[in-house]
Amino acid sequence: MTALVELEGVVKRFGDFTAVERMDLTIEQGEFIAIMGPSGCGKTTTLRMLAGLEQPTSGTIRIGGEMMNDVPPHKRDTPLVWQSLALFPFLNARENVEFGLKMRGFDAATRKRKALDWLERLDIGEFAERNVDTLSGGQRQRVALARSLVTEPQLLLLDEPLSALDAHLVIRMQSVLTRLQRELGITFVYVTHSQSEAFAMADRVVIMSKGNIAQIGKPRDIYRTPANRFVAEFVGRNNILSGTVTTADAAAVQIETPVGSFTVTPEGPPPAIGQTASFVIAADLVNITETAQNTGNSLSCTLISEEFIGSMVTLFLEAADGTEFKVQVQERALGSLDLKSGNTLHLSWSADNAHLLIGETE
Amino acid sequence: MNARFLDWGLRGYIALVFVFIFAPIVFSMIFSFNSDRFPTIPLGSFTTKWYAAIWNDPDVWKAVRTSMIVSGCTAILATMLGFATAYTDYRYNFRFKSAYLALVLLPPTIPLIIMALAMLAWFSKIGASGEVWSIILAHTVLTAPFAMAIIRLRLNQMDASIEAAAWNLGASEWRTMREVIVPYCKPAIISALCLTAAVSFDEFAIAWFVSGLNKTVPVMILEIVQGNIDPRVNALGTFVFLTSMTLVIVAQVVLMTRKGVKG
Repeated sequence: MTALVELEGVVKRFGDFTAVERMDLTIEQGEFIAIMGPSGCGKTTTLRMLAGLEQPTSGTIRIGGEMMNDVPPHKRDTPLVWQSLALFPFLNARENVEFGLKMRGFDAATRKRKALDWLERLDIGEFAERNVDTLSGGQRQRVALARSLVTEPQLLLLDEPLSALDAHLVIRMQSVLTRLQRELGITFVYVTHSQSEAFAMADRVVIMSKGNIAQIGKPRDIYRTPANRFVAEFVGRNNILSGTVTTADAAAVQIETPVGSFTVTPEGPPPAIGQTASFVIAADLVNITETAQNTGNSLSCTLISEEFIGSMVTLFLEAADGTEFKVQVQERALGSLDLKSGNTLHLSWSADNAHLLIGETE
Repeated sequence: MNARFLDWGLRGYIALVFVFIFAPIVFSMIFSFNSDRFPTIPLGSFTTKWYAAIWNDPDVWKAVRTSMIVSGCTAILATMLGFATAYTDYRYNFRFKSAYLALVLLPPTIPLIIMALAMLAWFSKIGASGEVWSIILAHTVLTAPFAMAIIRLRLNQMDASIEAAAWNLGASEWRTMREVIVPYCKPAIISALCLTAAVSFDEFAIAWFVSGLNKTVPVMILEIVQGNIDPRVNALGTFVFLTSMTLVIVAQVVLMTRKGVKG
């Protein structure tokens, strides 16, 4: 694999406001990368810098080995799929798709053939001559995609392209996008605040926080082994406990927290005794029972509420000191559990499933 | 019962307003086909002789020609200026922008007679009084703000990403202006052309002060009225009214249908 996009020490300031504090990121050729984070974390600014719509305050951006800092947007080959789609309302679907080809000087016949090919490929060939205002959200989305891909770029930028679609359409478009990306072998940089979109499609996910990269990794790694408290909280459905290390060796670390003492299996070198540390236990890795389990890590909690979303149920519980716990279980695994709020239930988990964060507290 | 009464009352009120506005014009139109020299009732017989009279008057033709040139050139110049100011307002932020906008929108708020006098003084100072192009310049100053207002309204409806989307697809800034901004604003531009042409075609005060021997139609009407009672005025007035109304209606229709498509 070769690097297609390289960001080195990229900083972007707007007056006093720092949108991107420091960004070092290498994106491989043919990779599907998702940049995710809460609003204002700098993800869209990063994307706009790749498109040349913003110039970095410092640092360098290289695409295909070429220094891009001062190349104006129209001289780049970095089409962007906009959140608002930004289709041209005075052109029909085919003319919208032809726009990029027209700017590159293709003759009318070639433009038309390529545009129709792409509309056909995205299953909207029959709407080619329709005014874009008369198309549905999903169809407009496909026109926007065709318009960006018709010039056969190396790199496609996508700025929350599915945020305006209905839930069932989002799933369909996700499969369209992943299929296209695999078939074309081009690089996708996909900005989103939706974890499900990022995790479902991306090879690697970049989590950003306040203009910095909080973690880069495969979706699974980010979910199971968050690098810090921010990521652990951002990916949701995680329980985080903080405390002081009381005993530690390569096989087990004991952490004393306000709600009890728990064992965690460290993945790396163990922390020093007396150090502050936290651990993360994913909501779906917690067992819940009516009778106390006196083995390993266990804890009694009071049930507060439940959230039923079909096959999965999330239970919200509270420990003695008010610490909130989330437990996710299969609906059919709930069995005879008495889910009356106020009931006492017992949580337990394996030390191997807990993920240690050294030095991370609040 | 009460609501129905109110409903009919309001309808009647609207009808009265229209009667009030259009009755004089309708009377002028009726008398333009009346054979009697004086506008009195009962009417005389139907005639088109007053239309024939202005048709055969070379002075009228000259005035119509001057008016056409003036309103045509004014419309083009004012719309270009209006588009440019509307676009700077849409695209850029700069210090004193509010002062800039206030200045741009100022001319229609100046009493016409003051503006006309100022124009006359200025043009005679620089030796440009009485020229056709001096009327065009004066009318451009007067009408450009209307063009700007119409085009600015359209630009404000534009998705802010559209312009950047065109750059992103390989269009330079000038190309984007030509391929995206102007086509997007086309209904507003056509509408602005019609409206500024209509305002210029009707405008009397400035034209009267500045025109000299190059009389426009409104100036000519006044001169006919000043002389004596002449039903030709009704015929000429009807012509001016229909021309302006056509331009204004076209402007409205173009704006409304395009907006309708946009949904």
